[in-house]
Amino acid sequence: MDLSAINPVLLIASLMVAATPILLAAIGELVVEKSGVLNLGVEGMMIIGAVSGFAIAVETSSPWLGFIASAAAGAVFSLLFVLLTQVAQANQVASGLALTLSGLGLSALLGQNYVGIRPPQMGKLDIPLLSDLPVVGPILFGHDPILYIGIALTAGVWAMLKFTRAGLVLRAVGENHDAAHALGYKVIRIRILAIMFGGACAGLGGAYISLIRVPQWTEGMTAGVGWIALALVVFASWKPWRALLGAYLFGGVTVVQLNLQAAGVAIPVEYLAMSPYVITIVVLVILSADKSSAPAALGRNFHASR
Amino acid sequence: MIRLEKRPQPSRAWSLATPLVAVLATMLFGGVLFAVLGKDPVEAIRTIFWEPLFGEFSFYYRPQLLIKGAPLVLIAIGLSLGFKAGIWNIGAEGQYIMGAIVGAAVGLAFYPYEAWYIFPLMVIGGALGGWAWAMIPAVLKVRFGTNEILVSLMLVYVAEQLLASASLRFLKNPEGFGFPGSRNLQSYESAFNADLIEGSGMHWGVVAALIAVIFAYILLNRHMLGFHIRLTGEAPRAARFAGVNPSRLILLCLGMSGALAGLAGLFEVSGPAGQISIDFNVGYGFTAIIVAFLGRLHPVGILLAGGLMALTYIGGDIAQSNLGLPSAAIQVFQGMLLFFLLALDLLTNYRVTLRTSEVA
Repeated sequence: MDLSAINPVLLIASLMVAATPILLAAIGELVVEKSGVLNLGVEGMMIIGAVSGFAIAVETSSPWLGFIASAAAGAVFSLLFVLLTQVAQANQVASGLALTLSGLGLSALLGQNYVGIRPPQMGKLDIPLLSDLPVVGPILFGHDPILYIGIALTAGVWAMLKFTRAGLVLRAVGENHDAAHALGYKVIRIRILAIMFGGACAGLGGAYISLIRVPQWTEGMTAGVGWIALALVVFASWKPWRALLGAYLFGGVTVVQLNLQAAGVAIPVEYLAMSPYVITIVVLVILSADKSSAPAALGRNFHASR
Repeated sequence: MIRLEKRPQPSRAWSLATPLVAVLATMLFGGVLFAVLGKDPVEAIRTIFWEPLFGEFSFYYRPQLLIKGAPLVLIAIGLSLGFKAGIWNIGAEGQYIMGAIVGAAVGLAFYPYEAWYIFPLMVIGGALGGWAWAMIPAVLKVRFGTNEILVSLMLVYVAEQLLASASLRFLKNPEGFGFPGSRNLQSYESAFNADLIEGSGMHWGVVAALIAVIFAYILLNRHMLGFHIRLTGEAPRAARFAGVNPSRLILLCLGMSGALAGLAGLFEVSGPAGQISIDFNVGYGFTAIIVAFLGRLHPVGILLAGGLMALTYIGGDIAQSNLGLPSAAIQVFQGMLLFFLLALDLLTNYRVTLRTSEVA
């Protein structure tokens, strides 16, 4: 075992990469839950994004088109959830599970011709001087553009929820849909938009795994990241910056355990590999005492009856 | 303009009809999917639903129906109890794995000693393994209010790693020439869950599944606990006033579903699968969620739904080898079924009325 082989600068840089898919999916789900909808289909939307982004990137040899396609695919796939919960008034937990189960199947079907192919690479940000700085360069200025988009999205959602009228309306719908409806806001329409935004973000996060993080397509490759993102929203008490912090924490755990595996620590690989999941549970336990910040109408369907 | 009007009471007729309509709709859209994949849709549907039951090789496939259906029904019965009360155990896959690991470990501890009591001990071990794994989300929910959906699901991934560890390390066959996987329980007589009638597919797991169906039916219809479960699901506030102890209900529902999933795992590992291996689990725990909903969370419904879902598994395998239908297509097919079911439930709870413009 050789712990000195682990380079702390590279560790932090790769931590940010590992955190980005979780962050993207969690920010999307945060907006969905703020509107009072619990979409447990994050994992399914992510894997659909992962496969469609990968396929489009390979076919067009443009990673950018791949990412755009993944967001579109995630949003379109989330429409199935919309159909079930907002139109057919089905139970949100069951509908989310349906989305995840069929997303996993559908992605396997779509991706069978793409196994073992290398996708086109996305260039890294390369600012002269800045990117060459020691320590700071690789951590702050040496990543792919999507990683920065993830951080920008966090800031954008934070500002939207805190400072804009749209954010206020979204929160009103999530806290008390009857009151929001009485005020004349279109509860269902707002929720549909939020769900589609969540789908697009999850799709992006999935494509980040298949195009940048791994980069390859394998069946079921999201391996629970969507579920960790769901846990992260609770962890973040529905606050965007805390979601960023949490994503980096989980990214850190993932990267550290991978590095320990590579360094050949005397702990069996399986126990290291299960650590992100165990830590998610531990964090959930610590933080679940305080539920006061959860949107009050979370998981309840709205039907305007007269 | 189409309007939805909430029914004062869910329609009983639609409640019974929706699973059937959902199956028909899935066949229709599944056929479209198969056509898109370049297969003859009628032939594909016929292969999936007809071939295993009445086809040329049905003597081979019919026992498979019991082998595949038993774990689905066992797990789904347990899940349905919790789902009815709004307690969402979606980690049955993990409990299934843990039941198999613990049960197999009990059996292997006695190897090569032969005795009649080894298999019963393994059954107890399997149930306890699944139960203990389900107690983690249960206790965390009762004690700390932690979300049981996320915890039970996370534990699936933990269990999968433990399974890998078991087949690579602590349960590895010492005479296996270094290959991963445990000793084969099929060749260890005291631990082998053999067919009760040779070649019928009727092993102890099938018997257990039938007992579970009867047990759940009596529990839900004739027992106070069953009433409390239904009451909590339909009117949580009323249940609190009626003196239902929610913590006790959570522990019982998760415990029972965990134990049943563990049993399913044990019967699988000691019978059809034969050994602990890295790819031992094939997703029964997740498919059972579909089975539970398709059976309307009713024991008899689940029995029928489990049979149907087993049929799609076997028929899917046949379609894969005969028609080259990708195995993922069957997964999509099963997911579709859950979709249509949830969507069509609208008709149970709402009346759809067509109304031309109306003066408010």
